[in-house]
Amino acid sequence: MILAEKMSLKTCKVFENSEVAPSVYYLKTERTSDFIPGQMIRLTENIKTPPRLYSIASGIHDDYFGIIYSVVKGGKLTPLLSGLKPGDKVFCSSAFGSFTDPAKETIWIATGTGIAPFLSMVLSGLHSGKTLIRGARQESDFYFDEIFKLKLKDKYIRCCSSGELQNSYHGRVTQYLWDHEADKKSKYMLCGSAEMVVDSRDILINKGVSFTQIISEIYF
Amino acid sequence: MDALYGKTLDELKVIAADAGLPAFAAKQIAVWLYHSEVDSIDAMTNISKTGREKLAKQYTIGLTPNSGVQESTDGTKKYLFSYGIRRTIEAAYIPDEGRSTLCVSSQVGCKMGCLFCMTGKQGFQAHLTSNEILNQIRSLPEKSILTNVVYMGMGEPFDNLENVLKSSEILTASWGYGWSPKRITVSTIGIIPAMEEFLNKSQCHLAVSLHTPFEEERRQLMPVNHVYPLHEVIQTIKKHDWTHQRRVSFEYIMFKGVNDDARHINELSRILHGLKCRVNLIRFHPIPDSPLTSSSENTIQEFKEKLNAKGILTTIRASRGQDIDAACGLLSTKELLRKES
Repeated sequence: MILAEKMSLKTCKVFENSEVAPSVYYLKTERTSDFIPGQMIRLTENIKTPPRLYSIASGIHDDYFGIIYSVVKGGKLTPLLSGLKPGDKVFCSSAFGSFTDPAKETIWIATGTGIAPFLSMVLSGLHSGKTLIRGARQESDFYFDEIFKLKLKDKYIRCCSSGELQNSYHGRVTQYLWDHEADKKSKYMLCGSAEMVVDSRDILINKGVSFTQIISEIYF
Repeated sequence: MDALYGKTLDELKVIAADAGLPAFAAKQIAVWLYHSEVDSIDAMTNISKTGREKLAKQYTIGLTPNSGVQESTDGTKKYLFSYGIRRTIEAAYIPDEGRSTLCVSSQVGCKMGCLFCMTGKQGFQAHLTSNEILNQIRSLPEKSILTNVVYMGMGEPFDNLENVLKSSEILTASWGYGWSPKRITVSTIGIIPAMEEFLNKSQCHLAVSLHTPFEEERRQLMPVNHVYPLHEVIQTIKKHDWTHQRRVSFEYIMFKGVNDDARHINELSRILHGLKCRVNLIRFHPIPDSPLTSSSENTIQEFKEKLNAKGILTTIRASRGQDIDAACGLLSTKELLRKES
């Protein structure tokens, strides 16, 4: 087991831990470092439980780190995280990683908690020239919806696979990509489950987007 | 019921104690499992009858025969093992002059999403247990003539470090199969914390999937590079002592027009300078819908010669099983699609 005590994690106070959708939480903790939106941290609830990687989901001007996690039944860490209260402690690394977006025009594609790096970018004011294609099963899974609507306006495309959400595309993100022309000049950033990332990347390549224009973030 | 096969000695000690057996029974069970290779608990005749009955109430030996095989004209065989619904994995048996290697899987599917990998297209389904990893060896018809095992099949071994370490411990321990760790190679895309843990806890060889010496190119091919950039992977490896028998090698799939020019040769020799290692050049086995193609034979040969001339020991891996589904994950993906249709 890779233990937190070997990874130079810092003790950080929890500020807030709120459920933003069924079994999905937004955790605010003390900030351990500066960061570039798109970077991640290692975080765990105690030094005996191996830390996991979480994309930072807060803005660069916020005085806290925000992360989004969904509770995995039988998981080693997330059930513990879901029980945290303000004032409790967690263990966090400094920010690291290179899933950042210096391009002028980018199409972001996200499902589930894969929205986190793009939330950080929007909250940091880095949304000009960006389009977000976001997939989720039902309305309640579009957490932080108002922020994206406000900042991205018609560049915020919601794909609702249950088909229950108004003003949205009814179907999965991958179906949306199949059904629409791909912008071959834009850069693409993909974040979500390995399956969504691989399928979306294959569709984009199939539609003539060079693989050199696509970067992906995966969860492991 | 849980399986006894694939348990380490420490785990067997707990099981023996729970069954009311004396402490030394754990080692006896290990010998039955890994030396005598019995296929029933009842065959463990130096364990008391009551003890065997208690064990049999909670455990089986836990062996799974292969569920299919594809055989190449060059002798390579791909075995499928089904460990439940949507849990089909493959193991490749590769006979060669004087050696027989088995390439084992460590996960069902994979999370890493490398652009050139067929397994990644399945998504991730599950980590294999040490039982399921070792079963690929134990249930192999050619087991008795195996000389080497490489963890280079489906999945990222260091994303399932616990079971990879357990299975390699059983392969190398005196109470287990007693193999030399030099017969075992574990391959990774470079998950640094797990790689460090592995280097400290195991003596098996290490292989690292490199595929380009440039960070930006590697990010496009391998998303993991966003998290663990290549320079940090190399730095971690260079901190380790490679002057003894243990080896580190770098896997380098040759992609036409992507990673096969003089810039790559120069940068590879720069980043690997001072490290006792080998670079293995690999022809790309095409997978469906891939934008990548293999470099030509001439380019691969030239790449090898130029790297060798720069003092980087470089070899070309022989392509095997080209007439069957050679690319890792291709056969099991087809099997998965067949079951779903």
